[in-house]
Formats: sequence, C-alpha cells, structure tokens
Amino acid sequence: MNLQKTIEDCLTQSTQNVFSTMLGVELSPGEVSVEHGMPEANDGIVSFIGLAGAWAGTGSLSCSPELACRICSLMLMMDTPSVNADVLDAVAELTNMILGSAKNDLEPQLGPLGLSIPTVVFGRNFKTKSAGSADWIVLKYTWEGDVLTVKLFLAPSERSPHAVSHMMGQTCPIDV
Amino acid sequence: MESDILVVDDSAAIRKILQRVLRQTGMAIRTIHEAGNGQEALELLKAHSVHLVLSDINMPTMDGIQLLAALKASPDWHAIPVVMVTTEGGETKVGEAVKLGAAGYVRKPFTADQIKEKLAGILEPVMSL
Repeated sequence: MNLQKTIEDCLTQSTQNVFSTMLGVELSPGEVSVEHGMPEANDGIVSFIGLAGAWAGTGSLSCSPELACRICSLMLMMDTPSVNADVLDAVAELTNMILGSAKNDLEPQLGPLGLSIPTVVFGRNFKTKSAGSADWIVLKYTWEGDVLTVKLFLAPSERSPHAVSHMMGQTCPIDV
Repeated sequence: MESDILVVDDSAAIRKILQRVLRQTGMAIRTIHEAGNGQEALELLKAHSVHLVLSDINMPTMDGIQLLAALKASPDWHAIPVVMVTTEGGETKVGEAVKLGAAGYVRKPFTADQIKEKLAGILEPVMSL
C-alpha cells in the first residue's frame, strides 16, 4: 500500500471515529482527492494544526459557520446560534482529535510526530497558503447538506531513516 | 465521601465535556475545578486540595508532562493520582508520562464509559484512605 492510500485511510478512520464518539454522528465515506497548487478562496472556518518530525506538514479542517455551530451544539450539548469562542474552540478541538488520531496511526510508518496547538481562522473570502510544496490529500464529507473538508499534507523534513525508506521505495506519490 | 477533581486542558470545549461526563458517571463528586494549563493548575492547587487530576498533555505555557513532573516532585502533591487525557497515543509522550508516575491515560476521542472505567479503579483506593 502506498503512503497516499495509507494517509487517506488514516484520515477517513479518524474523522469518522471522532464524529461518532464525540458527536454521535455517523458520517458517510468522504470524497477523496489530491489538491495541487493554490487553494480556492475560503468562506467560513478553517482550523490548522502542524505536524513535525522526520515528516512534517499541516492538517486542516474547514466548514461553514452553520456547520461549525452544529458541531459545537452537539459536542458541548448547548444551543449555539452563531459563531462565538465556544464554536471556535470546539472546531479547534475536533481538528486536534482528528489529526492527532491520524498522526498516531501514521507513526508506525513515519516515525514519531509532534503535534502543534491548533489555530482557527473565521472570516470571508480569504486564502490560505502553506510554505510547503507537497500536495494536499483532501477528504470532503457531506453532512446534512453541508460540506466538511479535512486536509493533510506531509513531506519528508530531513533524510531520516523513516523518510528515506519511503523515498527509496518510490511508492509515495506525495514525496517531494 | 465526595471527591474533588481538577481538569486541566487548554480547550474550554474539552473542559466542558469532561465536566458533563464526570457528572454523568454517577461517581460522588463534590467539585470539579478547571485550569487552562499546567501553570494555572499549580496555582489552583495552592488554594484547593483535590483527589485526582485529569490533564491534557499538549498545552501552552506549561504542558501536561511538566505539570506531572512538578506534582510528583512536590511533597504536598506527589500522592495525587494524575490521569492524562490526550490525543497522544504513541510511546513517546504517553510513555514519558507513565515513567513520571501518571496513574493512567485516556485517549481522545473518549466516551463517558471509558472515563468512568478508568477513574473508578483510581479514585476508589484514594477515597478509601
């Protein structure tokens, strides 16, 4: 199995597990794609978390304000009519759990990875750009008519034994 | 006898969830204190005694590993059981916490039953002292 497929599987499993455990929501399998170059402009909420180790990169979770409010309401069991600090915090924590679980599942292949504290952005018509040049693996979930997007890019950060073994095997489409 | 618990997490969402989950366990709990990082937890412990600490690992200012080390090095607080509640599942940070004397860990995402099961075996001996 190549690394891209492994990342897709880990992200899928962690996203569905976190939604099921923390929100009581069973997500249908998401649509998987690979994103190259400049991402589209965003409206709504984007939460980022960094990963670092022999491999490094960024994970993100994005959704509309309405979906973020629904997530917060289910997670904290409280009425949330508009985006507030609780909503941003709930989305940040969801990002932490989804990417953290995926990180744990990837570590046997990629070696130990550190996880940063998440950062959440809420606004309209903004673009985000990572300094990394690797492709993003994108999972798009549709939940009650709204779209939730989970993304991750990872690239070898140095010629460590873990990174080299994947590069030598030439089975990883996201190697750069 | 009712127990007093300290929840340490930089996420207000997780602190709220743990408050709710702990109340739902049916365990005899008097007070659930909250702190946003290890430093806040140490300040709070100067004013309030607790029977158990539930702590995240990755936090700004002072993380859960540093908090655990400080508690275990303290003559006043070394006996307080500390349970790590964290997304970390690898051998590195969780292993470090166990070596430092963590009473156990629960991985996020967690269910109420997982929290209850973990705490029952830890709190009961403490409360019977």
